[in-house]
Amino acid sequence: MNMKKHDKMKLEIESKSINEGFTRAAVAAFAARLDPSIEELGDIKTAVSEAVTNCIVHAYPDTIGSIQITCRVFEDYIEIKVRDYGRGIADVARAREPMYTTGGADRSGMGFTVMESFMDELRVRSKEGVGTTVTMTKRVKPRK
Amino acid sequence: MDYRIDETTATISISGELDHHSLRETSLEVNRIIDTYLPKTLVLDMAGVRFMDSSGLALVIGGSRKMSELNGRVIVKNVPPQPMKVLNAAGVSRFVTIETTGKVV
Repeated sequence: MNMKKHDKMKLEIESKSINEGFTRAAVAAFAARLDPSIEELGDIKTAVSEAVTNCIVHAYPDTIGSIQITCRVFEDYIEIKVRDYGRGIADVARAREPMYTTGGADRSGMGFTVMESFMDELRVRSKEGVGTTVTMTKRVKPRK
Repeated sequence: MDYRIDETTATISISGELDHHSLRETSLEVNRIIDTYLPKTLVLDMAGVRFMDSSGLALVIGGSRKMSELNGRVIVKNVPPQPMKVLNAAGVSRFVTIETTGKVV
């Protein structure tokens, strides 16, 4: 991977579900400069949607809080950081297991699994009562 | 969302972006159709889905659970590439029939 940083974008939203679509569209528009394929762009949008939805559903279950999305583009990859100041995750390893959810029948428990399989790297840092930061990177293959 | 009933089959055409924001309304409507018509086969036609995340999985899995309680089944068809990738990441084809243009996966 070429680590030379090219640009950065930071977005702050409130944890309202209407912002899910807005955020993935904004990140996709920013990622467009890497000239991703339709599939790569779909992967990025899906992962962002999962991360932001997690904040809305789990970090701030009964309140509206702040979510910060920071994107950095490098020569051939994008790094996306999604940060909240919510409830935190008690057991990150457990939360990352497929089909595990505390969200009830409306949630599939596949959010982290989808992020993992669609991105190249996924890191989750969380502290109960302080918040969670999800950092993911995706390599965008140069096209001829 | 449109639907049609042919004898014991309910076909629901889902369109737009299927995420956590849109899920509640879609899921209520799918459940209402199942409860009203008690179909043997529920077909979810995904041709119009422009985007889907794991919220869509909850819809498909929930529909499949509800249909199996009625001894029925779910067929998911006309799935565009992005939603298909999400379905595959979750291994949904293990418990739901996914049809791609005429052939069953």
